[in-house]
Amino acid sequence: MNRIKRARTVQTVAVAITGAAAAFIIAAALFLFVYIVVRGAPAISWEFLTDVPRKQMKEGGILPAIVGTLALTLGTAAFALPIGVAAGIYLSEYAPRGRSTRLIRLAISNMAGVPSIVYGLFGLALFVILLDLGKSILAGALTLACLTLPVIITATEEALRQIPSDLRQASLALGATRWRTIYRIVLPAAAPGIVTGSILGLSRAAGETAPILFTAAVYYKRQMPDSVFADVMVLPYHIFILATQVTGRPDDIIWGTALVLVGGVTAISVAAATWRSIQRRKVRW
Amino acid sequence: MIRLNGWSAIVILAAIGIFLAYGGARALGEVGFWTLVTGSEWYPTIAAPRFGFVPLLIGSAAVTITAIFLSMPVSLAAAVFISEFANKRFKEVAKSIIEFMAAVPSVVYGLIGIAVVVPWVKEAFNLDSGLNAMSGAIVLAFMIAPTIVSISEDALHAVPNDLRQGSLALGNTRWQTTYKVVLPSASSGVLAAVMLGMGRAIGETMAVLMLTGNAARIPGSLFESVRTITGTIAAEMGNVVQGGLHQSVLFTLGLVLFAITFLINLVADLVLEKQRRRWRR
Amino acid sequence: MVTAQSHAGKGSFDLHDVSVTYGSETAIAGVSMHIEPNAVTALIGPSGCGKSTLLRCLNRMNDELGNAKVAGRILLDGVDVYDKEYDPVELRTKVGQVFQKPNPFPMTIYDNVAYGPRTQGIRKRSDLDALVERSLTRAALWGEVKKDLKKHAFELSGGQQQRVCIARALATEPEVLLMDEPASSLDPISTQQIEDTIAELKEYVTIVIVTHNMQQAARISDKTAFMLRESMEEPAFLVEVGETRTMFTNPGDKRTEAYITGRFG
Repeated sequence: MNRIKRARTVQTVAVAITGAAAAFIIAAALFLFVYIVVRGAPAISWEFLTDVPRKQMKEGGILPAIVGTLALTLGTAAFALPIGVAAGIYLSEYAPRGRSTRLIRLAISNMAGVPSIVYGLFGLALFVILLDLGKSILAGALTLACLTLPVIITATEEALRQIPSDLRQASLALGATRWRTIYRIVLPAAAPGIVTGSILGLSRAAGETAPILFTAAVYYKRQMPDSVFADVMVLPYHIFILATQVTGRPDDIIWGTALVLVGGVTAISVAAATWRSIQRRKVRW
Repeated sequence: MIRLNGWSAIVILAAIGIFLAYGGARALGEVGFWTLVTGSEWYPTIAAPRFGFVPLLIGSAAVTITAIFLSMPVSLAAAVFISEFANKRFKEVAKSIIEFMAAVPSVVYGLIGIAVVVPWVKEAFNLDSGLNAMSGAIVLAFMIAPTIVSISEDALHAVPNDLRQGSLALGNTRWQTTYKVVLPSASSGVLAAVMLGMGRAIGETMAVLMLTGNAARIPGSLFESVRTITGTIAAEMGNVVQGGLHQSVLFTLGLVLFAITFLINLVADLVLEKQRRRWRR
Repeated sequence: MVTAQSHAGKGSFDLHDVSVTYGSETAIAGVSMHIEPNAVTALIGPSGCGKSTLLRCLNRMNDELGNAKVAGRILLDGVDVYDKEYDPVELRTKVGQVFQKPNPFPMTIYDNVAYGPRTQGIRKRSDLDALVERSLTRAALWGEVKKDLKKHAFELSGGQQQRVCIARALATEPEVLLMDEPASSLDPISTQQIEDTIAELKEYVTIVIVTHNMQQAARISDKTAFMLRESMEEPAFLVEVGETRTMFTNPGDKRTEAYITGRFG
């Protein structure tokens, strides 16, 4: 009996300790969120969102950085989506089981772990210098596309795998080709998963700084970008500059910028995830 | 055509290696790989520049190892709780909150580090400045927690339920079952989770750049300013002459970083794959 | 306007020494039989005896399983469907299939039924409307769904979903319809409806149906083929094939008799 009692006590203590650890991490995440909101909220105003920075960035708004971030993210999507979705389709629907496919999978998960600064160096060497795109939206978007690719490939492949093979067979048995089966039946059914996964990946790219340090971002620029070859202000880099290079700036502006970035990224991710779960509830396999 | 896209990951990964080596070719030729990697002084901009990676490697190692040391116990415990003891509702909420944590941009972590952690470290350890390896490591510990928690939670979750039931049926408590059966069964996945967290920590750039003070010398303790591999590249690449030796050295530094993370990720992925295969019947 | 094609007299299969191997394992071997046009042929036998595998040979769905190899000759109206020149996609427009579990596409009833014709390039609205109506009528579902063709197919009951799948297969105007235990996941009333539908359908198509329900085979089929796998080491084979009435009243083989009277399987 004593032994069992002791085991019970140990169990209670263990649950308490591990539970405290989980609570600590969750509390840290919540603190992060609340802190950004509380410190950033006072700065948010219509003017802040729609004006250009003024007086050495000590006043004014962050419109150019918002526009720059949107432009970069859309550019990233334009490159990463077609390639990523196609690669996901290949892996789920066409790839033979074997060594080469295994190698591709290893490469994808390895790519996901390559440091973002390394993507920045790669983008600098290939897109900025060798292809002579200069510091530009185009070079930055291509760099971020490389970084986002593994997320999109994985999301696509997983979404496709969840589609029951029954549906594929039914389509094939009606005399549809493999490709028609994929784009008329499998892809539409997997779309919620693919879109949501991609948006999550892209919203992460929107928050990256290191890859665009040398490929797209500038310190200060009042004009809006007029072509894909223009360099841009972006929100994360703006935060970095304000935090480390600008002296005597009011804290408001920097936390306001952080709130816009984190809030935007979070809102889009939450919206995408909610949409997916609604879609999933509608169609149950 | 579609097959070509399938191979894109391999192509890009190879291209990264090739272009970093290409960018670093001049440095490798003029200074030499061995001199770079073993040199203990980093004075890149003086008249007769010294390019030694050792202070930077030590800076990265100090911050990374401390971060892992701080993050691992808490993250693993949290993963155990979420996988083994929490109810479904808590699990879902916890997972989405942790996902949020992973999605917060690196600069924002840096910013909060400056506002909260740096003053605290300065105060708590009675220092002149809070910009040091410890501040960087503390913030990094939070940044890599989502990676460690979610991957090790996956590994624990993948352990088949019959094993748990078998142990419970023998009169073990849930906790005994966890540490006698579940944790050993998932150990390689947990190891991989820690390794991937480590890979993330070494490669993390902006937060570290904002918090560690960036003095490029070999530190005497964790409370001294350090400069990491990533911080060096980020801080210096913007001010170099295009095609110059300094730029080339920075590419070489990037290549070293790429090689380190590539190896860590490769081993972790192989471990995870083996683990996955184990439970597939 | 697409005219209703009559396939009377078409859609006969001749199998010569057909065998199927998965990797190193031979699943069925040495099957030779004739399948008559405009009749219902039932494939019966204990589970795991290769009925479904044989069925999938007839529209080359085994091709999609990757490691399946088919040997022997399978002739559809005298043409070898495993000939190198023969396009499996074309074959499947002539030989339709209904699966064990209802598997409508996640789209409207109309789009489900129109999927096959659209695949074949039929775009004209009036043609599609006519085909959808005719196919749903033949699948005995038109009366129930004609008012809500735009309804999502997932909102139908299991039995209705299966009849959508039958209509979907009929819409390509196939010569042969393969059915793999089409009623096994349905309730008795839905099963009855599907069986009634099958009886009507043989006017238009040849039907080959796999079933493990002997009463069902006796009720709906004209011919019955009995397959058996005597041990896991040996491949399955065709024991005998004949008129359903004869098979069930006076089987030629002792093993058939044993199976039909319920001694194993």
